[in-house]
Amino acid sequence: MPEKRIVLRNCGIIDPKRITTYLERDGFRALKKAWGEMTPEEVVEEVKASGLRGRGGAGFPCGLKWELARKAQGDEKYVICNADEGEIGTFKDRYILERDPFTLIEAMAIAGYAIGAKRGYIYLRAEYHCLLDLLENAIGQAEETGFLDHFDIDIREGAGAYICGEESALMESIEGKRGEVRYRPPFPPSRGLWGKPTIINNVETLMNIPQIILNGGHWFSQLGTERSKGTKVFSVSGDVKKPGVYELVLGSRLRELVEGLALAEKVKMVQLGGATGRIIPYEMIDIPLAFESFLGAGAVIVFNETRDIIDIVYRTMEFLAEECCGKCTPCREGTEVMVEILERFSRGEGLETDISLLEEIASAMMLSSLCGLGQAAPYPIIDSLQYFRSAYENRIRENQGGVMI
Amino acid sequence: MKSKEIDMSALSKILSNYKGQEGVLLPVLQEVQAEFGRVPPEAIDGIAEALRVFPSQVHGVLTFYSFLSIKPLGRNVIRICKSLPCFLKNCQIIIESVEREIGIKPGETTPDGKFSFELTNCIGACDKAPAMMINHDVYGDLTAGEISQILGEYK
Repeated sequence: MPEKRIVLRNCGIIDPKRITTYLERDGFRALKKAWGEMTPEEVVEEVKASGLRGRGGAGFPCGLKWELARKAQGDEKYVICNADEGEIGTFKDRYILERDPFTLIEAMAIAGYAIGAKRGYIYLRAEYHCLLDLLENAIGQAEETGFLDHFDIDIREGAGAYICGEESALMESIEGKRGEVRYRPPFPPSRGLWGKPTIINNVETLMNIPQIILNGGHWFSQLGTERSKGTKVFSVSGDVKKPGVYELVLGSRLRELVEGLALAEKVKMVQLGGATGRIIPYEMIDIPLAFESFLGAGAVIVFNETRDIIDIVYRTMEFLAEECCGKCTPCREGTEVMVEILERFSRGEGLETDISLLEEIASAMMLSSLCGLGQAAPYPIIDSLQYFRSAYENRIRENQGGVMI
Repeated sequence: MKSKEIDMSALSKILSNYKGQEGVLLPVLQEVQAEFGRVPPEAIDGIAEALRVFPSQVHGVLTFYSFLSIKPLGRNVIRICKSLPCFLKNCQIIIESVEREIGIKPGETTPDGKFSFELTNCIGACDKAPAMMINHDVYGDLTAGEISQILGEYK
């Protein structure tokens, strides 16, 4: 079985309300090791050696990000944990926070030590407000036991905006502004929160850090594939018998997850990575779950044979158009036009010219949008045209003799 | 529904807690929203002045985030998830049950001010779809039959 619990090792075993249960399972040993036996540069090197890549969707090398922030000038730096988890079908970070907030706190303290930051923020989406007490309690206990003597952690809540999961919009939000995406460069490790060197890491990415420090980066790099080291936590939902959270070694097959573990049957397709993810038709169900093919943040929404692809793509585009921050023209206008076209297809009033228009807009958005939302928004359309073109064509043929625009 | 005027001294108290702090517009607005069920136009100038930002900036932030509202919301806000995982698990039935139970459609507020009703995007409860939030409480694995009992627990 490809399941392996590194990130989830304490979930369901420790009591998330009592730090003593965490200490009994090597809790804060990694932080003590970092403080006592390693220089900040050595901590960064260990993370680099692990090959850990971001688990929030972008997959940026974590060690490199920390190294850039370490080398940045200034003694005011920030660590941000991205707990905005707004991608459709993603709930792994919620699951993790509910069960093991202490590993996250330890990881943030290690990150602070590594880059030279004394302050960190957890940006928690508004929809997870019910976890606030649990997190504040865990932070309080860590403070009382002395583990946060050199590092303060504050929690900032979101207010219902998917785009604030994007790192630059997230920083704008903490600064008290509209969650609009920033122009890059500069990138956060050189100029981030309030213009200071900042690292932003996903909850799951950080959850790997203590084990990497304790067991070594080399240990971690033995798992997974050449460019995808370690494990990944997947959120599985939709037409499955066993929805939930599954942690697998990277490189495992999508089929093992969807049919083997989640017990899906008569699968038509899988949406991997949420609204900005890829559509995988059933004929490709054996693809490896790795950055080499596609991962996103690991949302796996399964659709059976009864589901209508046009409807699925239409609803996905509606979501993206709604959540677009509005700053850049390709995304703001492009998502709107895509929704309008798909709405007509959903009513059986698609035009032949619509398809080439969709492809042209997709190309422009992928090339010139300011952030990942606009760059990836065309994926559902591109993928569905590639694998389910007949679904579109059927809605054009039905139009013959009907409404002409 | 006629909204009651906001208590300016309560607003001043909230603002005084954040005196001198940078970048706190969003937490301030969240607190005002929690206290008054909205951030009304007449509060915007006072907030802007206290935080040393322009009223247009306050208005801009207020209108950006879906959990903040200029117009009055009910004492309890029901948000039903309409995203794909919940859609696959028949959220439409839950939406219709809530409509029948409290007599309003999404986007509306009951005349007595008890409930506002909205459709929202993925709330991260997809393993328990269909799901909804009422205020900060999350309800999953919903069936039409339990809607009445759940709503009955709110004042």
